[in-house]
Amino acid sequence: MTGLGFLSVVAAEAGGESLARTLLTQGTYLAAGVFFILGLKSLTHPDSARKGMQQAAIGMLLAIIGTLIVEQIVEYQWIIGGLMLGTAIGYPLGTRVPMTAMPQRIAVSHMFGALAASLVGIAEYLHRTADGGTIPRAQMAALGFEVLFGSLTVTGSFMAFGKLQEFLPGRPVTYTGQNAVNIGAFIATVGLWAYLIVDPTAAWAFWAMTASAFVIGISLVLPIGGADMPVVVSLLNSYAGLAASATGFAIGNTVLIIAGALDGASGFILSIIMSKAMNRSFGNVIFGAFGTPPESSAKSNVGLTVKSITAEDAAIQLAYASKVIVVPGYGMAVAQAQHTVRELAELIEKKGGVVKYAIHPVAGRMPGHMNVLLAEANVPYERLYDMEEINAEFPTADVALVIGANDVVNPAAKHDKGSPIYGMPILEVDQAKSIIVMKRSMNAGFAGIENELFYDAKTSMLFGDAKTSLMKLVSEVKTL
Amino acid sequence: MTTTYILQVYVFILAGFVGYSIITRVPPLLHTPLMSATNAISAISIVGALVVAGSKHGLLSSILGTIAVTCATINVVGGFIITDRMLSMFKHASGKKDEAK
Repeated sequence: MTGLGFLSVVAAEAGGESLARTLLTQGTYLAAGVFFILGLKSLTHPDSARKGMQQAAIGMLLAIIGTLIVEQIVEYQWIIGGLMLGTAIGYPLGTRVPMTAMPQRIAVSHMFGALAASLVGIAEYLHRTADGGTIPRAQMAALGFEVLFGSLTVTGSFMAFGKLQEFLPGRPVTYTGQNAVNIGAFIATVGLWAYLIVDPTAAWAFWAMTASAFVIGISLVLPIGGADMPVVVSLLNSYAGLAASATGFAIGNTVLIIAGALDGASGFILSIIMSKAMNRSFGNVIFGAFGTPPESSAKSNVGLTVKSITAEDAAIQLAYASKVIVVPGYGMAVAQAQHTVRELAELIEKKGGVVKYAIHPVAGRMPGHMNVLLAEANVPYERLYDMEEINAEFPTADVALVIGANDVVNPAAKHDKGSPIYGMPILEVDQAKSIIVMKRSMNAGFAGIENELFYDAKTSMLFGDAKTSLMKLVSEVKTL
Repeated sequence: MTTTYILQVYVFILAGFVGYSIITRVPPLLHTPLMSATNAISAISIVGALVVAGSKHGLLSSILGTIAVTCATINVVGGFIITDRMLSMFKHASGKKDEAK
């Protein structure tokens, strides 16, 4: 900070107060940009992450202070109102929201971010075109992009939020010709955007573009099912970032361009990782509407039998295992069983066994969600393994304990070319010496296909509610 | 004027490149905090919102600006707090040796 102070002193001597202010503001923006990049870099390791992100928050504070002194700002009552209201809403959203609700929390924050970007764009357009003014074309392109992507992200995120919060139907909502309608609407919107670049004063085109972007956001997310949400949330993350970046272009603010580009890159990378983990292409998620069960049904289960196991027997197996790999699925999170899982793991460790957790990329409802849920339940992060890290270890595991996971452990993905999940990366649970699957019933998984793992000779099924079964296991292991 | 745009594109591409090379190194373990962190960071659009809200360009502009400030502040405050809350949960195994990795 002394550096910035020095700069402003130099500037004050050289070019008066106005220049000093500009330099000070720009200095805080540069600092913010650097802190943001360092903050993200700190996220490459859990030990450095917290401190790095706290620094990023300081960078944000600096940028806000740096902005409050710019000359264009002549009145403060509106600003203070917005800051206070935003803090009043944001604080509980930060402190109270449970970790299980993280996906919808993130979706709703994409909505707020995109709404802020859109409104800045709209206000900028109104101001610049007032009294017959016009906007240079390059700037209009950025402004239009900002409002287009911003508006689309606002409604899209709201839809995602609704589906995750379950006040909107989680199942895909489809109708005939849906893709044609969506693509048509998108082309029309882009057309309006292009028209605005040619004639920036065409206010009708601006409003029509904004309105249809809002509609596109809705119709884009409507046909996407709840289980595909990791991709959608990541994609919206990317859009919100791009809208913020475009804001930077439109109002000539470099730190916005930087932060938006970081956000955009992050969302884009995560969307690709998620699509891959679900064995889907990007386009397939957006235009596919996976909801209808695939017709190319995999192997039938006729003639195959499952072996059921009691909690007592499962407890004995677990208590005397020297290595157990736990495979948590979304079913575990729904049952709120993470704490019981950790309790069980600690008991096994006390008896001399090693417990590791195998986390599939799409185990939760958003990227990395399962890790957060387990960390919250006090599972040390060293026990949480990515799919690539853990797959080689299954052959040495005495027991693989599958809790509420299904498609991500289906061996058909590896060898059955007729299966709809063929090619999807899976956790190779079938390689373990024995397998215990905890499941409510024999219903098929999300992909609507039979899981041959359940019929494996090494597999025992422990039926019932995940939490109840786990509590039984805990009390059984305690008696051993 | 054109030079400014070109410089902006430079900044965008370079920042995207930096973002790409850093973010591909973030382990899946921290992907949720990553998303909430980038979300909080992109709430830097608050700086644009502040200018709109405070520059006295008429009532409509002030109102739009204030809503934008509110939305962005929600993400700044809520985003950084929840990221910190999540990151604080990632703990080492206490009193046990690091057998992992």
